[in-house]
Amino acid sequence: MARQIGDVILDLRNISLSFGGVKALTDISFDVREHEIRAIIGPNGAGKSSMLNVINGVYRPQQGEIIFRGQHRRDMDTHEAAAAGFARTFQNIALFKGMTVLDNLMTGRNLKMRCNFLQHALWWGPAKREELEHRRKVEEIIDFLEIEHIRKTPVGRLPYGLQKRVELGRALAAEPQILLLDEPMAGMNVEEKQDMCRFILDVNDQLGTTIVLIEHDMGVVMDISDRVVVLDYGRKIGDGVPDEVKNNPEVIAAYLGTQH
Amino acid sequence: MVAVPGTDALDTFPRLLLSHARVRGERAAIREKDLGIWQSWTWAEAAREARGMACGLAELGFKRGDRLAIIGDNRPRLYWAMCAAQMLGGVPVPLYQDAVAQEMTFVLQDASVHIAIVEDQEQVDKLLEIKAQCPELQHIVYDDPRGMRHYTQPFLHGLDEVIAAGRIHDANQPDFLDQQIALGRPEDVSIILYTSGTTGKPKGVCQTHASFIAAAQGGCGFDGLNESDEVLSYLPMAWVGDHLFSFAQALVAGFTVNCPESGDTVMTDMREIGPTFYFAPPRVFENLLTQVMIRMEDAGRIKRAMFDYFMAVAKRCGADILDGKPVAAKDRLLYALGELLVYGPLRNVLGMSRIRVAYTAGAAIGPDLFRFYRSIGINLKQLYGQTETCAYVCLQPDRQIKLDSVGPPAPGVEIKIAANGEILVKGPMLLKEYYNRPDATAESINAEGYFMTGDAGFLDQDGHLKIIDRAKDVGKLNNGAVFAPNYIENKLKFFSYIKEAVAFGNGRDMVCAFINIDMGAVGNWAERRGIPYAGYTDLAGKPEVYALVQECVEQVNAELARDAMVADTQIHRFLILHKELDPDDDELTRTRKVRRGFIAQKYAILIDALYGGKQNQYIETEVKFEDGRKGKVAADLVIRDVKTFPVVKGRAA
Repeated sequence: MARQIGDVILDLRNISLSFGGVKALTDISFDVREHEIRAIIGPNGAGKSSMLNVINGVYRPQQGEIIFRGQHRRDMDTHEAAAAGFARTFQNIALFKGMTVLDNLMTGRNLKMRCNFLQHALWWGPAKREELEHRRKVEEIIDFLEIEHIRKTPVGRLPYGLQKRVELGRALAAEPQILLLDEPMAGMNVEEKQDMCRFILDVNDQLGTTIVLIEHDMGVVMDISDRVVVLDYGRKIGDGVPDEVKNNPEVIAAYLGTQH
Repeated sequence: MVAVPGTDALDTFPRLLLSHARVRGERAAIREKDLGIWQSWTWAEAAREARGMACGLAELGFKRGDRLAIIGDNRPRLYWAMCAAQMLGGVPVPLYQDAVAQEMTFVLQDASVHIAIVEDQEQVDKLLEIKAQCPELQHIVYDDPRGMRHYTQPFLHGLDEVIAAGRIHDANQPDFLDQQIALGRPEDVSIILYTSGTTGKPKGVCQTHASFIAAAQGGCGFDGLNESDEVLSYLPMAWVGDHLFSFAQALVAGFTVNCPESGDTVMTDMREIGPTFYFAPPRVFENLLTQVMIRMEDAGRIKRAMFDYFMAVAKRCGADILDGKPVAAKDRLLYALGELLVYGPLRNVLGMSRIRVAYTAGAAIGPDLFRFYRSIGINLKQLYGQTETCAYVCLQPDRQIKLDSVGPPAPGVEIKIAANGEILVKGPMLLKEYYNRPDATAESINAEGYFMTGDAGFLDQDGHLKIIDRAKDVGKLNNGAVFAPNYIENKLKFFSYIKEAVAFGNGRDMVCAFINIDMGAVGNWAERRGIPYAGYTDLAGKPEVYALVQECVEQVNAELARDAMVADTQIHRFLILHKELDPDDDELTRTRKVRRGFIAQKYAILIDALYGGKQNQYIETEVKFEDGRKGKVAADLVIRDVKTFPVVKGRAA
């Protein structure tokens, strides 16, 4: 592949997270390089979503350190994470069902809006120019994701696969540096999965966005990821390029079943 | 009439384009919706772009007489590419953009194409797949650079770069292109359109500037089309209809062509543009009506009652009002009220508020469907023609519309009916030849210069042409009754629940049919009744769906029984196919006509079951997916017997 994978931009060191007596994550370390597609896999309850939640500040780990572009931190607020360039999609779709696709994508531009509430209410001068600029950006995303035909459709009326695509669009609207995707292909049929794979690869390739994704479909993960980290019961049991992970006996035992 | 090179006669398309750039340079020539906004190009800009493109093509080595393949959706730059090729004395060859790679191989080889201009990465990928089989293909130019960053093949060029190179070429040798344009003659071939071919390999129909200009002038004069008209171009560029309406007529009349944002947004784009001149095959009108009906079924009770009431009024008098016939004052009043409450808003939803003239052709249109559009005040008319005649043989004149005819011969066209009922045509719009196929040319043009259409029909007492079926499709039942399968299929297809039908009966004792249900309409119907289903195959096999379709078939039988000519061809048995007929599986042509013979062969086992009196039949069928993979669909199909009706006799004509 032609895109250049760069240096480590996100380094997670010895992360431990527990809820009361339940240890969700135990001493996990891995890193994410610029422009790569990094997958997190593991059986149900392995701690994958918790890991994403630690990365974008929803959960505060009890131990460990997160280094993002040279900055050390234990935790940060979700809005700080968003401002730092993290955007994500959710396992269960979190869109505004009654709003149109266009409006949902515009909400993704929230952090980029500079004018205040009053200016926007009057829609005059800089506020108008700003909105036009955001609209143009959103239209580019609509074009990119090929959802022109549903631009003005309320999200609640769309089929599941398209809603997932809209959610990806909203995350893209924030122009993220790191995109966190929580099971972007769950519940999709083969064709929808192929489309989604293509969009993820296109985002990575053309926008240069670094992607961390959780996915259950092994075929998909092995096909599109640069490196894979495997969790099981909150521990890391494997880490490396897809082929390495596929042949790691511990991973096979824990997750993939016996080798064919 | 042979024009002398260098004269100002407007006898080739490039000369027409340059003349528009001079005469109405500031008017919009073409629009396209991009990033949610309609972008316009004036005639002057269009001419400049085509010029740059032509010089760029010349830089790539495109020469007089060369063929330029054009593959993609309707986009302004692809239309200009056609004219650019013509400027250099070359011949554009548009291909169907949804064809799979292997299907393109034949045309690229047959036309020995050196340069192809394609829309995007998808088309580039297809050409790369077959490039080894097309050794003559030297350059591929793409319009949309998205996704092309990592393609390093030296024979791939972005259209922007080609135009930029062309501009430099044009600046260095400003006379070059004007000389090339001056060399063009009206009798030069202006385009090669490949016929979809219901049988055998496609044939390249060579049409000249003169023939397409004659057809376009005839059509524009007939309907008074002028520079203020607007048309929406959404049908495949490789299809003769699009070439006539979006290219030839646009260049002759100077009206504005609008390209939709994408194939899925046509309905919305149409509403935004509000075309004044519209063309669609019956299938599109059918789909629109189906969508309206689905939405009306979901509407509230009051709205539905209002719709039903006023549609009954429209059915009674709408078409007569449009034709200017006398109508009772009370009906007129009710129609005016309906116009306010139903027809006007409905036309607006369809994007047809501003339509002056709408045409349909390509297949016979169901009379009820046709009447529906006319009754709500849309001047929908039929025309008749084929690729070989620039889609210009018969046009229905305003106010002289007959549901079952396609109108009198168009200006300049001469029609003769052969002894076997076949329609023969002569006029300036006839093809020059089939490309590289003198045998086929000789077969289809007779000694007196008439083109043999292959359609069976006759001229009625008013001189309007009435078409029955394809001459070779018309068959006979064993009892001697004339069997016109299209006629029966069209009746079936008028039901919104039935998408496709294939009738069999030639050389048999009775008529039987395959049915394809319409996934949208039947799916909606099933949802409202709480019938769960997993996909097409599952839905098609539901007993409730069978009962629904049976009702439709019986209604068709009742209608057939009313006409002594066709009463014997009532449908006795039918089955619902387990898969949708698809051009990818060769069951339909790219223009979505059923390939009856192929289907009969492929599903011979089902036909045996139909005629063998079986109650069900297991079948396994291979299907091709869009990405070229193959899969299998299997089902145990139920066969139903249908009620037939005695012939209704003594019905007043």
